[in-house]
Amino acid sequence: MLEKALKGKQGYWGWLIFLLVLMGIGFLCYLYQFREGLIVTGMSRDVSWGFYIGQLTYFVGIAAGGVMVVLPYYIHDYKAFGKITILGEFLAISAVLMCFLFVFVDLGNPVRVLNVMMYPTPNSILFWDMIVLNIYMLLNLVIGWNVLTAERKNVPYQKWVKVLIYIAIPWAFSIHTVTAFLYQGLPGRHFWLTAILAARFLASAFASGPALLILICLIVRKVTNFDPGTQQIRTLGGIVAYAMILNVFFCLLELFTAFYSGIPGHQHTWVYFFAGYEGYGRFVPWMWVSAVFAFISLVLLIIPATRRNLDTLGVGCAAVIIATWIDKGLGLVVGGFIPNPFDKVTEYWPTAPEMFISVGVWATGFFVLTILYKIATSVKEEVGA
Amino acid sequence: MGVDRREFLKIAGYAALFGLGGKAAIDILAPGQLEAAMEGVPLTEATRWSMVIRMRNCLEKVEKDGCKECISACHRVHNVPDWGNPKHEIKWIWKEAYQNSFPNHPNEFIDEGINDKPFILLCNHCLNPPCVRVCPTKATFKRPDGIVAMDMHRCIGCRFCMAGCPYGSRSFNWGSPRKAPKELNPDFPTNRDFPERSKGVVEKCNFCVELVAKGQLPVCVETCDKIKVHALNFGDLDDPESNVRRLLRKHYSVRRKPALGTEPNIFYII
Amino acid sequence: MYDGGKIIAGLIIGIGLLLAPFFYNAGTAAKGPDPQLTPKAKEAKQCVTTTSYMRSSHFSLLDEWRNTAVRENERYFRSPTGKIYYKSLQVTCMDCHSNKTKFCDQCHNYMSVAPFCWDCHIVPEEKK
Repeated sequence: MLEKALKGKQGYWGWLIFLLVLMGIGFLCYLYQFREGLIVTGMSRDVSWGFYIGQLTYFVGIAAGGVMVVLPYYIHDYKAFGKITILGEFLAISAVLMCFLFVFVDLGNPVRVLNVMMYPTPNSILFWDMIVLNIYMLLNLVIGWNVLTAERKNVPYQKWVKVLIYIAIPWAFSIHTVTAFLYQGLPGRHFWLTAILAARFLASAFASGPALLILICLIVRKVTNFDPGTQQIRTLGGIVAYAMILNVFFCLLELFTAFYSGIPGHQHTWVYFFAGYEGYGRFVPWMWVSAVFAFISLVLLIIPATRRNLDTLGVGCAAVIIATWIDKGLGLVVGGFIPNPFDKVTEYWPTAPEMFISVGVWATGFFVLTILYKIATSVKEEVGA
Repeated sequence: MGVDRREFLKIAGYAALFGLGGKAAIDILAPGQLEAAMEGVPLTEATRWSMVIRMRNCLEKVEKDGCKECISACHRVHNVPDWGNPKHEIKWIWKEAYQNSFPNHPNEFIDEGINDKPFILLCNHCLNPPCVRVCPTKATFKRPDGIVAMDMHRCIGCRFCMAGCPYGSRSFNWGSPRKAPKELNPDFPTNRDFPERSKGVVEKCNFCVELVAKGQLPVCVETCDKIKVHALNFGDLDDPESNVRRLLRKHYSVRRKPALGTEPNIFYII
Repeated sequence: MYDGGKIIAGLIIGIGLLLAPFFYNAGTAAKGPDPQLTPKAKEAKQCVTTTSYMRSSHFSLLDEWRNTAVRENERYFRSPTGKIYYKSLQVTCMDCHSNKTKFCDQCHNYMSVAPFCWDCHIVPEEKK
């Protein structure tokens, strides 16, 4: 089926070349980081994880969010999603790929990455994160490819694929749960040390993943002859609405516990986010933007008229993505390190090389996504025609 | 073809006796020549190395002349570079104000304005170390003698241990120590018998495993004793008759963030 | 054969690329390695174990040394002759072999291997 990716219009090739250029710039910046060390990033001994690990967390969410088109179809027999499950699976593949790359560029000693497998350490959550992400990647590759091949040949897919699908659904939940466990089991980082973190992660994943999928569907119906379907997009909109409500609700639960209990350690990061702490407030405007967009998205998603209108739904979904991206991709990781173990603040902001490397990783993810979607939509066009 | 424990201790004992490095001791010895070397060994083996810090002794000296002998000695012996930038600082043993060292013991009316007094901090060599729990390659591990050690050969630089440590005791080599500003490190490397680190690995206080193995005291302790301050006391917590246990029996002591369940092995007598 | 010409042209280009390094380096054969012993090493006659083992497998030995010394706190090594050595690349090995450029680097450069030992372990100062 790969040959489908080799035939395309000018816009398709232009987009791919644009992504390749970004990948090239990112790669050059990575070579610079590889030579000099992570000193070229904005991270410090106090904020020892930054944008890379934040993006890892965010894209694990996107990958897990893909399951929200698979689950209704296979578990609830919601037939309408049958034609777009492949989009969820292929989105998951490229998201997991970005996760791998973000972990890799964050390593101080990337040439030793295989030590994780040579000295397996089950008490480390990072070890399990590697396992669940690898298996999730593999599951989606095998399932997506087989289902699409069967569809193209107009035959039902083999029975064992169905077994894998039923494994992949809970697996999607597991990848984000394990990713939350990276944080929520660490003593002394009050902002992360909360039992609801995994639940918050899943809620924000099931909002941002399908929201991204809706935006992609809206693009797909514009640039290809394959229409994911208005009904399908609307149902996804409902899923985004529920998940975003839960996400905001969980966040408010955190605020209640922190501020009603009056325990200072639980409040510091929140104060730093929304008001500034000990005179430091670099994240304040960002977190307010996130809050405002979360509010806008809720309004647009909850009111039936705006949720059903595909234009306003698109705006609502964009708002969800902005709100969750700031919250999880930027705030969550950095916030855990502020204040530091000495109750002091060291602020963090990514540097230019750090951003270019990240852009390179995104471009790689979207490059793979474009090719996979090109193949999927070509097959759909072929079958539909 | 290892050397068994008994023989090892004899060598270590001899080395300590003559104040020699491990290799120097070997050079002067032939096999079978090592009898009676055990006597006079200050350290043999332990199951829970720990440190008791008598802060009054330390603060008295610091107020007199701004003493930081233990810090300079440690950083000199272990080739710890000075980056001149708190963001990239490497810290094995360092000073931090009381209120920042013990942020969960807030008390604005505490006596003598102790809140701003500098305390000596280092790796706590926890009994239940979160850094060891989270490391994905066993690059950091707990030794049978209680020391939390680092294997720099294996560290992949994921920095999970830094997120896990609630004491800020771990430092990352953001750049190669050899590229640290020359004007701040004119003599780097300061100890040609100890390795440096490469960029991209995490490091921290190792309780001087290389000296303890030779029956010697950690260099910070030795330095503090040499200037007759005796603030730092190193010993086996599992031995009821050890110096540290005697001190802890006699004085009220505290540990940093004990509520986290990490069981720090550094005690402060205030 | 469809596109026969293209395939053959592709094959020629491919094989040409494959052989390029040989043409590139033709006639400039690298000098064979010539590791030198310091007087101190010569005097010792034998390293911590047999010369042939050291020649073929010194990295295995160093690997074992670093693992047992760092991780198991076994810091001494007994050679087949019964002599005991402190396990340390920097302190023990490089004490005898204090001529890294004329000893280690000779073969390492020839074989194009770049062990990362020296990222951390300090190289002895050599007189020119």
